[in-house]
Amino acid sequence: MSEEMKDIVLNYVIDEYLEDEDEEITYDTPLISGGIVDSFSMVSLKRFLENKYNISIPDEQATPEAFDTVEKITTLVKGFLK
Amino acid sequence: MTNIGSYEERVKNFSWKIAEEELEYSRSEIKNIGWYCSDRICEMGKSEKTALIWEGFDGTEKRFTFNDVRLASNTIGKYLLDIGVKREDRVCLFMDKIPELYFSFLGGLKIGAIVQPLFSAFGDESLHVRLENAETKAIITQRKHVSKVRRILEQSPYLEHIIIVDYDGKHPLRDKETAFSLEDSEPVDEIDIFPAVPESPSVLHYTSGTTGQPKGVKHVHYSLISQYLTTKWVLDLKDDDIYWCTADPGWVTGTSYGIIGPWSLGITQCVLDKGFSAENWYRFIEKNRVTVWYSAPTAIRSLMKAGEDIVRKFGLSSLRHLASVGEPLNAEAVIWSEKVYGLPFLDTYWQTETGSMMISNYPGMEIRPGSMGKPFPGIVGTVIDAKTYEPIQEPGTIGLIAFRPGWPAMMRGYWNNEETYKSKFKNGWYIPGDRARLDQDGYFWFVGRDDDVINTGGHLVSPFEVESALLEAEQVAESAVVSKPDDINMEVVKAFVTLKPGFEPNPDTELKIMNYIRKKLSPLAMPQEIEFVKSLPKTRSGKIMRRLLHAQEWGEEIGDTSTLEDED
Repeated sequence: MSEEMKDIVLNYVIDEYLEDEDEEITYDTPLISGGIVDSFSMVSLKRFLENKYNISIPDEQATPEAFDTVEKITTLVKGFLK
Repeated sequence: MTNIGSYEERVKNFSWKIAEEELEYSRSEIKNIGWYCSDRICEMGKSEKTALIWEGFDGTEKRFTFNDVRLASNTIGKYLLDIGVKREDRVCLFMDKIPELYFSFLGGLKIGAIVQPLFSAFGDESLHVRLENAETKAIITQRKHVSKVRRILEQSPYLEHIIIVDYDGKHPLRDKETAFSLEDSEPVDEIDIFPAVPESPSVLHYTSGTTGQPKGVKHVHYSLISQYLTTKWVLDLKDDDIYWCTADPGWVTGTSYGIIGPWSLGITQCVLDKGFSAENWYRFIEKNRVTVWYSAPTAIRSLMKAGEDIVRKFGLSSLRHLASVGEPLNAEAVIWSEKVYGLPFLDTYWQTETGSMMISNYPGMEIRPGSMGKPFPGIVGTVIDAKTYEPIQEPGTIGLIAFRPGWPAMMRGYWNNEETYKSKFKNGWYIPGDRARLDQDGYFWFVGRDDDVINTGGHLVSPFEVESALLEAEQVAESAVVSKPDDINMEVVKAFVTLKPGFEPNPDTELKIMNYIRKKLSPLAMPQEIEFVKSLPKTRSGKIMRRLLHAQEWGEEIGDTSTLEDED
């Protein structure tokens, strides 16, 4: 589940946010601080996670730090899964 | 001692000649901003002084002296000349906050081109309409953004050159593309600097309005006079300061006060090309011993959200002066910053069209948290009645902010849009489109926009532009776009949408529409919420009544609904 989730999130980020076709990202690549996903776009990434996993992430937990890598995002999401 | 000294004395004895004399403007044969920000500083004996401390997202740090800036801007300028860029050709800068962006800005100005900086997160459509409107000849960009340029190239007949500053040779260059590497280029020591006169065009910044397409705001080289003096007096920059302006040069703050102001004063400035996080920002201040920090309310509120504990982990004692711009700075943020940093953020008010600060809180002046402050010396500003356009005499009465035209950085027009430009002037006043009230002591207090333009995180978004883009989404039949309140960004974009047959109003549809707008326009313009409705409120003549939806979002009185279409 964990690896699968990481791949789903990683692929979504690559498809939706990565502009440079040659840029390679991993589970630990900084997304927010690395400028791949900006703070406004974070809302759409949060919405994707909520839709995909049928969860609701409170705004106060959707911080730039919590969304900064695929690894951190999956940790956050797993906390909301029953 | 502050640079401005006594505000009242400055107002009493003010003349723009103060800046002209300090810059030796009348004696200098060259009135070119590019020269003032690099060559002149070197001629003053500061060629080896650090001009730029730059840090990338991966932690890479680069330092450049004023002589480096001079050479780099010469080198880029010569490259542009060699490929055929001529005086007043528009050269778009479409880059992240990398060093080449700053040097290209000066390089373009040095050769007499009109520099057109654009926010690199703009999507295809936003980029296209701005290049098309300006009939842009060349664009300087990075590998990561070139795909957007390629997608609009066929529809951009004026674009002759796509210059990629970090080409790595992995894929062949395509039509009109050229590679330029500053590091691999022979530095150009001398270049024929375009002999700009004060009214020579310099910068073209785009801004959004309520209706119609974005407007290109024309500035001239004489803007330097205002930008120099406001930087000196409001930001209080001194020779040994380390200055950090967090704005992106894709927007006017990033050029007026992220390039022209500090470098015309010969000040060392820092740039962090990295996404926001409280930890990154505090670490950056600590590492570079930043003394003067110019930021935005959205960032300040985000730092407030991150809390006080994180502040204590970093040494921020180097800070001595803080200022803010972009949207109204709420009193809570001013009080919080004084408590946490020991310094209040001082609000400044101005806009793309004004080119430089108009109303500010000044070092040494009594600060009233939540107030915009007072007009800069030499600026005649007041609040006027929205119907008569006469100044309001009664303190506390809300009206339109208005300025007497004539300061050096005032826009000289909208690109190919004289009619809209003229509409900004009433009864001899320039009207920026914001409402405010004056108190009995002459302090301005911001109330709100006088139109439907959305100010999100300090950036203006046109509801018309978003609505037009929404109509091109395959799911959308009709749309209305308004602002909704937001704790961090002051307001964000919200869309009301009716769907075409066959599409379901569900979270997946919402996400698809959000992403469509994000890529087409920009992340700023992406609705942060989409509400699916069966129909939109309209007048009997069929016009969507956006103000009803706005009132609903802000909990305001709906007002007159007599023209509302009857429901079936």
